[in-house]
Amino acid sequence: MTRIDAKFAQLRAEEKKAFVAYIMAGDPDFDSSMEVLRGLPAAGVDVIELGIPFTDPMADGPTIQLAGQRALEAGQTLQKTLDMAAAFREADDTTPIVLMGYYNPIYNRGVDKFLEDASAAGIDGLIIVDLPPEEDDELCIPAQKAGLNFIRLATPTTDDKRLPKVLTNTSGFLYYVSITGITGAAEAQAGDVRPEVARIKAHTDLPVIVGFGIKTPGAAEEIASVADGVVVGSAIVDLIGKGKSPAEVLDFVRGLAEGAHRA
Amino acid sequence: MADDLFNSFMNGPDEKGRFGNYGGRFVSETLMPLILELQAEYEKAKDDADFWAEMEDLWTHYVGRPSPLYFAERLTEHLGGARIYLKRDELNHTGAHKINNVLGQIILARRMGKSRIIAETGAGQHGVATATVCAKFGLQCIVYMGAHDVERQAPNVFRMKLLGAEVVPVTSGRGTLKDAMNDALRDWVTNVRDTFYCIGTVAGPHPYPAMVRDFQSIIGKEAKEQILKAEGRLPDTIIAAIGGGSNAMGLFYPFLDDKDVGIIGVEAGGKGVNEKMEHCASLTGGRPGVLHGNRTYLLQDDDGQILEGYSISAGLDYPGIGPEHSWLHDIGRAEYVAITDAEALEAFKLLCSTEGIIPALEPSHAMAHVMKIAPELPKDHIIVANLCGRGDKDIFTVAKALGTDMSGLT
Repeated sequence: MTRIDAKFAQLRAEEKKAFVAYIMAGDPDFDSSMEVLRGLPAAGVDVIELGIPFTDPMADGPTIQLAGQRALEAGQTLQKTLDMAAAFREADDTTPIVLMGYYNPIYNRGVDKFLEDASAAGIDGLIIVDLPPEEDDELCIPAQKAGLNFIRLATPTTDDKRLPKVLTNTSGFLYYVSITGITGAAEAQAGDVRPEVARIKAHTDLPVIVGFGIKTPGAAEEIASVADGVVVGSAIVDLIGKGKSPAEVLDFVRGLAEGAHRA
Repeated sequence: MADDLFNSFMNGPDEKGRFGNYGGRFVSETLMPLILELQAEYEKAKDDADFWAEMEDLWTHYVGRPSPLYFAERLTEHLGGARIYLKRDELNHTGAHKINNVLGQIILARRMGKSRIIAETGAGQHGVATATVCAKFGLQCIVYMGAHDVERQAPNVFRMKLLGAEVVPVTSGRGTLKDAMNDALRDWVTNVRDTFYCIGTVAGPHPYPAMVRDFQSIIGKEAKEQILKAEGRLPDTIIAAIGGGSNAMGLFYPFLDDKDVGIIGVEAGGKGVNEKMEHCASLTGGRPGVLHGNRTYLLQDDDGQILEGYSISAGLDYPGIGPEHSWLHDIGRAEYVAITDAEALEAFKLLCSTEGIIPALEPSHAMAHVMKIAPELPKDHIIVANLCGRGDKDIFTVAKALGTDMSGLT
């Protein structure tokens, strides 16, 4: 049982929806990013998604792209991202951390070495955007063997025929992408999301968490009410990009978490 | 090359879209169903005589194929060695080989009922070809082009606009071809239902590398027939320039199993292939990684971050290369070399003065390698080089590089 499984079991027992927050590791610099990361659990975050900066984030909108650029310019590397997780673990051994990003930095490090280092750093799961089920041999299966959850995205284009393929080898939770598009774009609509979540739930017992296009506490509440939880990324990263202090960012996160937990 | 392992070099890719360890389908879930649909539609079209009849008709009457295979007599005399033939794909409608592939993809898009076409472009040749074919068929066309390339390829930007395309300058990242490809993928992920992504080179997720190669293979097929007719035998060496590598793959593919034919791909060496990475020679100066849907050789740093290439030629300015080239490189079936900006400029001038042909800067790289090797080769050695584009679009860049003030010429 990973920290992710334990966390969702706990939330289920408490009949609470999950609030998942995304930040880009090293944005705008290592120390500020570390401060935000450390403050997330107290702000009400149930699961942390820690972005791995990459030069070519094909599935992300401008907000996340710019965050990655800021982090890279400040000297962030995959090693430093793992260092952040390890430092976080010194004080928190329960809040799950999911690394989210693209395959090349991991492939470049070597899959086996990466999995060993990620486990040692206290990483619980991976979301790698450019690894669909068709490429499961690359990282998904080795990651599961190494005891990490491999969390997959399902999208509005994932029809019933394809859904079982997406769910095979998925663990931890399923991330439902509420829109066709990139991060930080259109707003998610509860009316569209509800039937999709129901459709997915007919195929799996995994928690279904909805992300993309959720920007406010109200939206977090609304979408969380039709799923097992929500992810907010771009709206948080946007504040970091505007130069807000870690305390201000965490205040905003607290509001989102409260919204999601009201659902 | 172990002969017992390979009956043919022409069987790739496998069902997972792999050429050896390269290629694949490294895309987000949103795009995966689209790519599978495209693959299924392409498989159907490939075996459909009507599809190829439509292609043949347009190649003949719209593009002007077959392109000539031209014996470059004065260049051959000047270099004093091998006999040099030029495959004149620069004479195609729109001035480059790009339209060979665009026609195939747009006919496919029409069969699939897609009404909105998106494309990425570097030098602008693929963008112009896409805009052209979209105009011909009355399709909406959006071309993503790095802001930096918009600036250095102004004539092609104007051409695309005249043809009714919307040109979107890409400022994300560093505003070059790789960023244009990122933004095209972002568009596709957003507009999945009505949009067809017309990729300009033999890269991207499967089935693009194989599909674009198949459409471009008309170059090699024609060249093979033409050289047999002219010389009664196959060439000793075939040479083409490589950015993503579509004109090269098009020339190489029909010759892959002709083991006596030497194959040379010429990458852009920029200011020199060194640790400063002021070049675009992915095979010569990069290592395998995953970008834009495929595993292939990439220019990247120690952390796996993609580097910006540099070349005087916008069409070669891409930090990756088609996966089939990576495979041909590793198994040793093709040789890959790098040519610098300065060498390419010399070849550009030489072809102008000896043959009355103004080549694009991309094939000028291939011509520069011909200049290097031809003098040392025997007089009965036959080289076929792909002249994949004409140089009209590059005259401003060349003038600048040569220090010529165009406004003072009159």
